[in-house]
Amino acid sequence: MAIADVKEYTHLTEEEVEQIGRELDAIRTEIEESRGAADAAYINRLIRIQRGLAAAGRVTLAVGTQSKKTRKPAWVAGAALLGLAKILENMEIGHNVMHGQWDWMNDPEIHSSNWEWDTAQPAEQWKHSHNYVHHQFTNVLGYDNDIGYGILRMAREQKWHPANIGQPVYNAMLATLFQWGVALHDLDIERIRKREKDPKEMKRQLRQILRKGRNQILKDYVVYPALSGRNWKATITANATANLARNLWSYVIIFCGHFPDGAMHFTEEELEDETRSEWYLRQILGAANFEGGPLLHILSGNLGFQIEHHLYPDLPSNRYAEIAVKVRALCDKYDIPYTVGPLHRQYGQALRTIIKLSLPNHMTSSDDPAPPQRSDTANEPSLDRRRKSDEERPPRRVELGAWTRSAGERSHD
Amino acid sequence: MSTTVPWHRVRELGSKLTTPLHPDDYLRLVNPLWTARELRGRVEKVVPETDDAATLVIRPGWGWQYRHRPGQYVGIGVQVDGKFQWRSYSVSSPPERSGRTIAITVRAMPEGLLSAHLVQGLAPGTIVRLALPEGDFVLPDPPPPRMLFLVGGSGITPVMAMLRTLDRRAGENGRAMPDVVLHYSSPTPDRMIFRDELHAMAERHDGLALHELHTDLDGMLDLADLDRICPDWRERETWACGPGPMLDAVEAHYEEAGLADQLHLERFSLDLRGEGGEGGTITFRNSGKSIEADGATTILEAGEQAGVGMPFGCRMGICHTCTLRLVDGTIRDLRNGDEFGQPNEPVQTCITAAVGDCTFDI
Repeated sequence: MAIADVKEYTHLTEEEVEQIGRELDAIRTEIEESRGAADAAYINRLIRIQRGLAAAGRVTLAVGTQSKKTRKPAWVAGAALLGLAKILENMEIGHNVMHGQWDWMNDPEIHSSNWEWDTAQPAEQWKHSHNYVHHQFTNVLGYDNDIGYGILRMAREQKWHPANIGQPVYNAMLATLFQWGVALHDLDIERIRKREKDPKEMKRQLRQILRKGRNQILKDYVVYPALSGRNWKATITANATANLARNLWSYVIIFCGHFPDGAMHFTEEELEDETRSEWYLRQILGAANFEGGPLLHILSGNLGFQIEHHLYPDLPSNRYAEIAVKVRALCDKYDIPYTVGPLHRQYGQALRTIIKLSLPNHMTSSDDPAPPQRSDTANEPSLDRRRKSDEERPPRRVELGAWTRSAGERSHD
Repeated sequence: MSTTVPWHRVRELGSKLTTPLHPDDYLRLVNPLWTARELRGRVEKVVPETDDAATLVIRPGWGWQYRHRPGQYVGIGVQVDGKFQWRSYSVSSPPERSGRTIAITVRAMPEGLLSAHLVQGLAPGTIVRLALPEGDFVLPDPPPPRMLFLVGGSGITPVMAMLRTLDRRAGENGRAMPDVVLHYSSPTPDRMIFRDELHAMAERHDGLALHELHTDLDGMLDLADLDRICPDWRERETWACGPGPMLDAVEAHYEEAGLADQLHLERFSLDLRGEGGEGGTITFRNSGKSIEADGATTILEAGEQAGVGMPFGCRMGICHTCTLRLVDGTIRDLRNGDEFGQPNEPVQTCITAAVGDCTFDI
């Protein structure tokens, strides 16, 4: 079921909701005031490690594959190092820097306005589709394109179509080619299909994707293989493996954020006159955490603290663990559902939903947890799931880090 | 650095390997000075000048241009508690074509967090960020035959670069030191930066006349005394650098005499004399924050109040670190009243205020 009013769903009074908002604001202030040298050292150290891993992976592949004796171990080590570097860059560094988590350092080299990440999606488009659309309208049907990414049916309120039967296959393809799925995300496939997309804007975005995607492909599949001389084939397969590993890993982590059973959807009514405190509640109800050790959390960009990330997308990720303790205590105090489980269970639930919702609703049962209190809107279809047009949404971001683009390109936009 | 290697071509090729990053992003991890993306420098020496002032000798990294003009200042950025803080200081060393270092002289201000940090807290080996030299408080080449310098306190630093340049030229190719009068005010002899060097210089050159004034004992310079100290001051091109009130007095004195044209001033504080804006709601689009600001509050201050991670540098309109894209609306430069309002125009936020509602891309 989709929630039309978070207050009603959590049976909290207006005063209680506002109090929760104040307490969550206080947590933010505390972290903001305690950000300092140790946090700056953390991100700088991580960037150093990540670039070291990437360089080590490239060198291992170029040099180690030259001799027949070392070829196999070098291939394995090189692919692993490179895959790890790509995962760290995309998850804990790129995603979080682009959220502005490190803007407070006033360091132009680690700033949301000009970070460009190691994947096909141009940073500018990511900041629109993710930072703005997804984080502002989290899990609101018809607003948040991340509910199934326009490819999968992930909510019972979304209308079933015979094409949905293929969902398990689409899902496997999406997982394998995840970076390209992400690259096309901001184009908004559903709007293109319905011919609602401004053709000029689409052309501009496509040009941007092609330019970045071309450089990414050249790097991994032409330039580095060429540098490996006659062992170019080994380098190509190792680089493809590293990219595949990154694709699968980021796919799993991202599907654990909003698709496990406890993460709820919302109807448009919730957005009406939504206060900041209600927005906070929607973030808690719409996200799901997973458990793990420090290493797992770093490799997943601290998105195991998805709830905390959604409450405070621009606070430094290395602080989410300590924030989670406080948020959880607050949720216990007010009986607000807080979804958390081991990684395999969270992903298992997401996978089950993908498979179940490939069929029409009447053939499957709902896995939604019982709400804290019965809501009037349970199992009623939502009213208007029409997607918003560009005119109805605030203007989009057109700026990308100036240093990644030539003056000529800038003037086109 | 050799000029025969086409470095930009090499970097361009390298970037095919490091895309979407730049080769410098990797190389700086090998040696912090091997990057031209953000200018960096290594502190080589910290030379104490007085109890509260020190000279930092800095070796700049890639991308630095040593051709600063004597009298110009550079921006220096230091990470304090994880956050880069920027200030501008005059270069006190003379420009050298073969030079590998620059020197800045800093006095710790009682309330100045960063200056105290620079004077006491910077160990040799520390990496700092740098901004290229700027400023038009400079020594012309060739210098005018007769000059007057009016200096108060740490205002000596840009003048020192000019004097050292004149001194070096006199030594190198026998060009005589022009006729220079330096009037230097300082609270006590001990607090006088470069005192010994200036004495030695005055001894070497007949053309250089040094007047010292110790204001704790003898009071501030009364500009009416200028006729006595330097009877021909009206015929001299003049450079004045020091505390704000002193510069105001000098400026008024020269304007009264109708000689404003031959006076050069260096102010190290923001002078917001232009008309304010009308204020309005400032929206920060990427972070989704907004704030009401009046016409006297700078965009930068407003953004910081709203909790936006605003980039900033000198906070006085010189270093352009704070530049953001103005998506929509109009803003006014508080120094001179100029308005900016083209869509997507990059603007400096530290010296501008809103004229009506406006939106920024951050």
